Amino acid sequence: MAGTPSHPSNDFAELEPAVLAPGHTFASVTDKISAIVLTRPASRGWWFGLVVSFSLVMVLLTTITYLLVVGVGVWGINIPIAWGFAIVNFVWWIGIGHAGTLISAILLLLHQEWRTSINRFAEAMTLFAVACAGVFPLLHMGRPWFFYWLLPYPNTMKLWPQFRSPLVWDCFAVSTYFTVSLLFWYVGLIPDMATLRDNSRSRFGRIAYGFLAMGWRGSARHWRRYEVAYLIMAGLATPLVVSVHTVVSFDFCVANMPGWHTTIFPPYFVAGAIYSGFAMVLVLAIPLRYFYGLKDFITDQHLQNMAKVMLATCMIVGYGYGLEAFMSWYSDNPYEEYVIHNRMTGAYAWSYWLLILCNVAIPQILWSKRARSYVPLLFCVALVVLVGMWLERFVIVVTSLQRDFLPSSWGMYSPTFWDWSMFLGTIGLFFCLLFLFLRLLPAISMSEMRELVEEVEGPEAHAH
Amino acid sequence: MKDCHSKSNVGSAPEQIGKRHWRALEELAGSPQFQELLEREFPRHASEWSDPVTRRKFLMLMGASFALAGISGCSPQAPIGEILPYAKQPEQMVPGKALQFATASTLGGYATGILVKSHEGRPTKIEGNPGHPASLGATDAFSQAEILGLYDPDRSQAVTYRGQPRSWSDAQIEFRKSLQALRANQGRGLAILTQTITSPTLADQLAGDTSRFKHDFPAAQWIQYESAHSNNRHDGARLAFGELVDTLYDFSSAEIVVALDADFMGLGPAHLRYTREFMAKRRAAGTVGGPAMNRLYVAESCPTVTGAAADHRVPMRAADVLQFALALAGELKLPNVQPVGAQYQRWVAAIAKDLNAHRGASLVIAGDSQPPIVHAIAHALNDALGNVGHTVKYIAPVEANPRDQFADLKTLVDDMSAGRVEMLVILGGNPVYDAPTDLDFATQLQHVPRRVHLGLYQDETAEKCDWHLPQAHFLEAWGDARAFDGTVSIQQPLIAPLYNGLSAIEVLSALFEPAGSPGYEIVQSYWRRNWSQATGAGDFESGWKRTLHDGVIAGSAAQPRTGLSVSTNWESASSPPTSAHGALELVFHADPTVYDGRFANNGWLQELPKPITKLTWDNAVLISPSLAEALHITQTVGINGGEHGQGITSLVELESGDRKLRAAAWIVPGHADDSVTLHLGYGRTAAGQTGNGAGFNANELRTAAAPWFAPDVKIRKLDESYTLACTQVHHSMEGRDPVHAFTYDEFAKDSQVLANSLSEEHREYQSQLVPGASIQEKKSAEADPRMEPLTLYPGYDYSAPKNKWGMAIDLSSCTGCNGCVVACQAENNIPVVGKTEVTRGREMHWLRIDRYYEGHTENPTTYFQPVPCMHCENAPCELVCPVGATVHSADGLNDMVYNRCVGTRYCSNNCPYKVRRFNFLEYTDFHTESLKLGRNPNVTVRSRGVMEKCTYCVQRIRGAQIDSEVSGKPMVDGDVVTACQAACPAQAIIFGDMNDPNSRVSKMKAEPLNYGLLAELNTRPRTTYLAALRNPNPELAD
Repeated sequence: MAGTPSHPSNDFAELEPAVLAPGHTFASVTDKISAIVLTRPASRGWWFGLVVSFSLVMVLLTTITYLLVVGVGVWGINIPIAWGFAIVNFVWWIGIGHAGTLISAILLLLHQEWRTSINRFAEAMTLFAVACAGVFPLLHMGRPWFFYWLLPYPNTMKLWPQFRSPLVWDCFAVSTYFTVSLLFWYVGLIPDMATLRDNSRSRFGRIAYGFLAMGWRGSARHWRRYEVAYLIMAGLATPLVVSVHTVVSFDFCVANMPGWHTTIFPPYFVAGAIYSGFAMVLVLAIPLRYFYGLKDFITDQHLQNMAKVMLATCMIVGYGYGLEAFMSWYSDNPYEEYVIHNRMTGAYAWSYWLLILCNVAIPQILWSKRARSYVPLLFCVALVVLVGMWLERFVIVVTSLQRDFLPSSWGMYSPTFWDWSMFLGTIGLFFCLLFLFLRLLPAISMSEMRELVEEVEGPEAHAH
Repeated sequence: MKDCHSKSNVGSAPEQIGKRHWRALEELAGSPQFQELLEREFPRHASEWSDPVTRRKFLMLMGASFALAGISGCSPQAPIGEILPYAKQPEQMVPGKALQFATASTLGGYATGILVKSHEGRPTKIEGNPGHPASLGATDAFSQAEILGLYDPDRSQAVTYRGQPRSWSDAQIEFRKSLQALRANQGRGLAILTQTITSPTLADQLAGDTSRFKHDFPAAQWIQYESAHSNNRHDGARLAFGELVDTLYDFSSAEIVVALDADFMGLGPAHLRYTREFMAKRRAAGTVGGPAMNRLYVAESCPTVTGAAADHRVPMRAADVLQFALALAGELKLPNVQPVGAQYQRWVAAIAKDLNAHRGASLVIAGDSQPPIVHAIAHALNDALGNVGHTVKYIAPVEANPRDQFADLKTLVDDMSAGRVEMLVILGGNPVYDAPTDLDFATQLQHVPRRVHLGLYQDETAEKCDWHLPQAHFLEAWGDARAFDGTVSIQQPLIAPLYNGLSAIEVLSALFEPAGSPGYEIVQSYWRRNWSQATGAGDFESGWKRTLHDGVIAGSAAQPRTGLSVSTNWESASSPPTSAHGALELVFHADPTVYDGRFANNGWLQELPKPITKLTWDNAVLISPSLAEALHITQTVGINGGEHGQGITSLVELESGDRKLRAAAWIVPGHADDSVTLHLGYGRTAAGQTGNGAGFNANELRTAAAPWFAPDVKIRKLDESYTLACTQVHHSMEGRDPVHAFTYDEFAKDSQVLANSLSEEHREYQSQLVPGASIQEKKSAEADPRMEPLTLYPGYDYSAPKNKWGMAIDLSSCTGCNGCVVACQAENNIPVVGKTEVTRGREMHWLRIDRYYEGHTENPTTYFQPVPCMHCENAPCELVCPVGATVHSADGLNDMVYNRCVGTRYCSNNCPYKVRRFNFLEYTDFHTESLKLGRNPNVTVRSRGVMEKCTYCVQRIRGAQIDSEVSGKPMVDGDVVTACQAACPAQAIIFGDMNDPNSRVSKMKAEPLNYGLLAELNTRPRTTYLAALRNPNPELAD
């Protein structure tokens, strides 16, 4: 099969640590990856995971039903803390999605070959995370059935959204992000769909995958157009990695609340997004390669690289925290000073210090190469970072609103059962979609892996 | 005749309109022709008429019949039939136009004149009657909330006998039978228990010369009981003057006021007037070149709104006020005063000096709960200071029968337990709940064979009586009542009784007159008989019409008594039970929101944050911080609402004699140390679905011997916590100065004291940002340099003929009384959310009153700050709304478009003042039919998921603009009065057009004390504040 212009392949394999175990051929790659979908029976573990996550989806649906019937008052939000878990979770999920796009688009443009084996499920993760994220801004509205008023559509009232509001920008940013991610993911899937179509043993599989493959025949013209389209999509997706979370951060920094109104938010949100995204990729990749025997494709080197990205973003995020505190002092603004003081010593100080512990202190262990290569530890650190990044959003949303300008309106917030059930429900939705994805679609891009085989093993890989 | 006020311009209503409408219809209704029409259930069966019906006649009759339906009011049954517009408009009735009728609400028997707004026959809003001496146009929270009381679905709706429904005629037959038997006995064994009565008609029915009751049942008793009534002032007057008199104060000429446990601005029959007079002087003193400021000293145990407004507040046990008064009397060299301990010497010396320096222009006031001797000392002090005739006037008692009600009730209970009472008729009141516990009223009541209760609710007393009669609300019935100065108001009904109730007047007539008469006839005939005697004017007909229109009988105020001489024979005074120093006393007060419990089922009042404590839905044992420390009572906030809703505190057990009560403790800075306070009115068990189970019943510890402060109580902390719904747990301003406060001396020395105090840094910063303008040049426009716009862009042009609405609130005048909060709630259909939601920080009040403390917790200075929407020029909320649901109007209002709101709540997050309120759940009751009648039809009723907030009463603005357009007369200052402004007794809230340099609001805003709240954020608020001024005595400076 035709590949992209290749590097001097053997040099690459020798100079760089392995991103693909040696000895693979095009056929072995295809068989190994497609087997999960086509031949291997569903394992008990898979069924267990699916049942658990599907139950959580039911919890989500129950919560949503109750929420729609009774109102957003079922959550713990109040005046002054009118945004609670919904926005915290929204920002968290959107952030998680970022790693997928970063891996598939930016690393592609930067010719980081090691991304190949993780980009497919990282992209899937992006989609599912954005789907989970999208639930929240929609349902946190008091009257969600009017969500479309945020969209500029022609209407008899001649009313448009209020374009100065960051929530409108948010609406565009998130919907664009979801659309581009979906297209990018789907375009990348097309050659693999054809492979599955050709290898599928069931008539349904052949029809379904055939439909999704859109008549792919693997001709050179197809490949050429595919490559061009994929690169264009990557080019389109690249600014989104930066822009989406920047816009999300505008939700806060455009407001005049002390603790929100700060110019550091855009870069610091983007870094945080990538941070949590890579943590989530690690949390998914480590069990995936273990249970499906994909260590050949997702090698220790991948984990190392991701750990390094996490460490880099950890430092950026840590710098952000430091600068927030510094600026609050440097601004000489009593409200800003108080917000940071309150974060560090007030009723929610536990969340702030836990956040520092999870996001800044513990990940420092990744400086050590031994730590980076000890997979269980890496898994744990990734989990801790996910918790930390969730706490970061909690701290930003809740502690800023908790005590703003007038002491008379200071308050507190605590999540209710329905806050938690909604959050756990979206986690269930995420994993449920992920489990289905693993069984129904190739979790690793076969076509791109074959390119990698060519690069690593040379053209003779055909012969095996 | 002129008894109907067309909208708000009371004085200018055209003559010859009004009550004739009612009367004419009633007369029409009485005519046989129309009776026949009614009986035939016209118009449904109009077609049965054999006459050929012309269209014109059909519509005419149809219209008349609808108008008659108006007489029967909004009876629960909707009229059946097609709905057609009036063929002939009933006089004055313009659909969509509200009419106003004058009547009076009563509390403790005393009248406050009110004007009730009526939309198509439904009373919807209460305003003060400017022509009434006790109102002067203002209303308190209680009067405002009467609208909700009228439509309360829990009101008693039927005559019942032991819980079973009966008809009024059943009851009448039954009672007449019983009375027949008693009559043979001269009425021995018959007792009538009423609340305090000032009503001339009722008094005449019960004790007048022509009273059938008195004539037929000469041995029957008439007892009054009201748990918040105190006869101490009458006893004190008797002690001082040897006869009963009522005391009237004139604060408009009082420079120095000493209040001895007297909450004259918070409660009492004249508190609205006194607040107006006292605060008018404060306001005048706060203007440049104004007169000198008055000074208020308050000695009290539990902080009240009067204490909070004081320049010097001396916390002390209620029992120690006597010592304080004696010390003051000694300092002022009153005869017969033994020198007492030097405990208060520092205060007393300074106060005495101040009083001496203002002879004839000072006032000493004793509180109703203080024993007679304190009143006598106050009378003697006023006399010695030459205040009588200047700031103090005496009149004959206003109450029809001033008695020591606790003693009378005790006698009645003794009679009941001895079996000497055959039939007890309780006309209003709830003695089973609120009688002192030592009388054991409920048990003794069971010894009375025939027990009849007339009341608005099936309350605790109704449960213990075999007959219960539904009472007509005062907005449903004819009546009369006197104000604090004796002025009579006629109460006229706004609506036919919703639940078939009768008034006490009608019940008495039905019981004792040969043929019971309707209330209208009874009241009118009483006044027909007594008109010339009461008013000195001859013509009843025109005078009656005038009275109904004005709301007062002109010239009915009592004439001042002169020639009273004060005796200072203190020894004869029975000293109240006092406790040894250091022992704990328990003080009882009428509650500032539910009073004695009668308003317990009123959601507006239950959810109203109490002025000082900001508690809702509960009372609590109020204790001082140091007592709390001694008892190890800790007060924290819960995680659901935090400081904005959820106060968590300890339960304590109070023990007084052999009685115990478990109640929540609440720390109140400034409370006297050896004293705890418990407000009356809570712990109701049969109040209704709103009031049941709220708070702790103070009556369980109250005795007839010591109804106001019980000595030697014990308090013990229990290991249980209790959640109180407190809307503002946080006390401190945190150095942010939302309330700027200065002393009067500072202001008098330098009127620019506010501008100078705003930090220099800020002004430098400002002068850099506003090109070409130094602060000094700009200062002429705004005292607060932060109010200058920080922008390079030209501002929006609000110049005339547009309006530029704005509000100014004088923090020196605000007493925190809450009148405005309930007025806002009534005007704007603001829902009640309940205790749980308040603890979650979700109360809905558009206007809140923030309370801050400054200084030490043992005796802090208290400031109140009403916070409505600021209607910022640069409104942060507008910027962030994604759908443009909150936008700026052409006249500068920050409008809220409910229809467009999708409920992202971003606006609330971005509002620095946190004045926005969100319908987190479906708070509005869309199901209870009676509540729908009371809503303001000009204000949208909001449903779930929508943000709302203060609109500056935009419906009133637009209404006034439409009127101005229709009439062609330009609007003038005062045409638009917001609901909060109208209610405010202190006139602290002024609203108007800032384009008019002569409007009151423009003048207020031009004053040097004017500042914008959080103006440094460049929001440019339209609502601004005048810094609080206090006038402490320099001699008492620390």
